[in-house]
Amino acid sequence: MLQITNLTKRFGGVAATNDVTLNFAANSLTAIIGPNGAGKSTFFNLISGALKPDSGKIVFKNEDITGLDRAAIVRRGIGRAFQVASFFPSMTVAENLQAAIAAHRGQWADLNHRFPRQGVRERALEVAEMLGLQDSADVLSANLSHGDQKLLDIALALALEPSLLLLDEPTAGMGPEERWKMIEKVQRLWQMQNLTLVFIEHDMDIVFGIASSIRVLCYGRVLAEGTPDEIRANPAVIEAYLGTPDAEDDE
Amino acid sequence: MNRIVRDIAIGVLVVAVLAAVPHLIPSKAFQDFVIRCSSMALFATSLNLLVGYTGLSSFGHGLFFGLGTYSFALLMQKTGISLPVAFIATLLITTVTAIAVGAICIRLRLIYFAFVTLAMQMLMHSVIISWVGLTGGDQGLQGGIPRRVVAGIDLGNQYNLYIFAAVVLVIGLLMMRHIVNTSFGTSLRMIRDNETRAAFLGIVVWRVKLTVFVLSAVFASVGGIVMSLFVSGAYPELINWPISGDAIFAIVMGGVGSFLGPTVGTMILLLLNDVVTRQTEYYGLALGIIILAFALGLRRGLLDFITERLGGRPAGGIS
Repeated sequence: MLQITNLTKRFGGVAATNDVTLNFAANSLTAIIGPNGAGKSTFFNLISGALKPDSGKIVFKNEDITGLDRAAIVRRGIGRAFQVASFFPSMTVAENLQAAIAAHRGQWADLNHRFPRQGVRERALEVAEMLGLQDSADVLSANLSHGDQKLLDIALALALEPSLLLLDEPTAGMGPEERWKMIEKVQRLWQMQNLTLVFIEHDMDIVFGIASSIRVLCYGRVLAEGTPDEIRANPAVIEAYLGTPDAEDDE
Repeated sequence: MNRIVRDIAIGVLVVAVLAAVPHLIPSKAFQDFVIRCSSMALFATSLNLLVGYTGLSSFGHGLFFGLGTYSFALLMQKTGISLPVAFIATLLITTVTAIAVGAICIRLRLIYFAFVTLAMQMLMHSVIISWVGLTGGDQGLQGGIPRRVVAGIDLGNQYNLYIFAAVVLVIGLLMMRHIVNTSFGTSLRMIRDNETRAAFLGIVVWRVKLTVFVLSAVFASVGGIVMSLFVSGAYPELINWPISGDAIFAIVMGGVGSFLGPTVGTMILLLLNDVVTRQTEYYGLALGIIILAFALGLRRGLLDFITERLGGRPAGGIS
C-alpha cells in the first residue's frame, strides 16, 4: 500500500527523518512509537506532503508521490488528522463536514451553485454518525469538548474517503477513560471502513492493545518493526524506549 | 433557490423605493449621497470578500477602485468607444492587473500581505501623479466624461445617474452575496479559519486566494467607475492610500461578519463625513473617536453587534 524507501529530511544539521525505509500493508493498523523528538510527526508531514523530503522515495498504491503537494496527495487517498485538533471553528460540525465533502467532490472552486450542493448534507451526517457526532451536528465546532474536536478532525479526514488514514496522537490531551472511548471508535472505524490506518501514540497500553503491527522510530531512524509481540521482546526497543518490563507486564 | 429569489426581490424593492424618493423629497444632496454610497459600498463590500471572508487583510485595495476611475475616464476621454464598452474594458484591465498584483501578494501572509498590497497601491499612485501627460498628474483627469447617453438615457442627468448607481450597487451586492454562498465561498471561510486544514482537505489554496483577489478587484473597479461618472473624471485622491483606509473603516464600523456590514458602514462613514465636516474642521479627530467607540464599545461592527443581540451568529457563519 505504502512503501517508503531511504527517506531523509534534515532541518539544519539535524536529520529528523534519517534514511527511513518502511512498508505499510493494505488494511493494516500500524502504530508508530518512539520517544519525543524521534521524528514521528515529521514522518507524517513527509508522507502527507506538508514537507518535501531531501531524498528518498514515497510510493503509494504503486505510484511515486514523492514531492507532490498536499492537495495532490489528498486526492490520491491519503487523509490525516492532527495532534492538535484541526478544524474550522466558525462552522458547526455539519458545516465542517459539508465543507470537507464539497472539497472532496471537487466543488471547492464552484462559483455557480449554492453551498451545500445536493447530497452533501446527507453525506455529512453519515460521516458524523461514523464517529458518534450526529447529536452535535448543529453545534458550533469551537464549542465542542476537546474529545469531540479530536473526533471532528478525524471525521474531516474521513469525509475524503481515504484509503490511508494518518492519525497523529488521536488520544493526545485526553483522560484515561476518554482515551479508550476514542481508541474504540478508531478501531471500529478501521474494521468497518476498509482502511489502512497508521497512528502515532504514546500510551503503550493502547499501542499493544490494538495495533496489528508496530514501527519504532528513534532519532529519525527506524529502530525496530514487527508485531506487538516481536517489539515487546526486542532488546534494542526495551533499552531505548520501553524500559525493563515490570512485574505486571508478564510475558 | 428561494433565498436567491428573496434577495432579488429585496434588491428590486430598494431600487423602486429609491426611484420614488426624489419625487417626494427633491433633494440633490440625498441623490449625491446615494451615488457616493453606491460607489463606496461596492468598494467596501468587495474588500470584505478578502478581509472578512478569506482573512486576507489588504491595505491597498484602493488600487483597484482608483484603477477603475482612471481606466474608465481615460477610455471615455481618449478613445471613441461607447460607455458600455468602456465599462467592460475597464473590468478587463482590472482583471489583468489584479492577476499580476495578486500573483505577487497572495504568496505572503498577514502583515506582509497587507504591506505589499499597500506598496502596490502607492506605486500605482506615483505612476499616476508623475505621468502628467496622460493623467493630468496631481490636477487629476479633467475635461469630463463624454458620450454619457446610453440607450436613450443620459447619465449626465443627476437623477438618471442616481438610479444607475443604485441599480449597479444592487446587482453588485447580489453577485457578491451569491459568491459567498457558493461552495467557493465556503472555501474562503475554510482558508480564513484554518488554511492548513483546508489544504489537507484537497483545496488548492493559492487558486482560491487568487480568484477571490481578482473578483474583489473587479467589484472595487465597478465602484470606481460609478465614482468616475459622479466626479466626471478621475482624481489622485481616488487612488491614494487613504481611500483604502476609508473602505477598512467602513468594514470595521459596519461589521466584517455580516454581508451588509460594509454597506451599513459606508453609510455611517459618509454621514459622519457630511455632518462632521459641516460642524468642525477636526474631521479626523471626530472619526477617530467614533471608530474607537465601535472597536472598544461594541467590539465589533454595528451589524454584527445587532445580529448577535438577536441571537444570530454573524462572525462569518454560513448564512
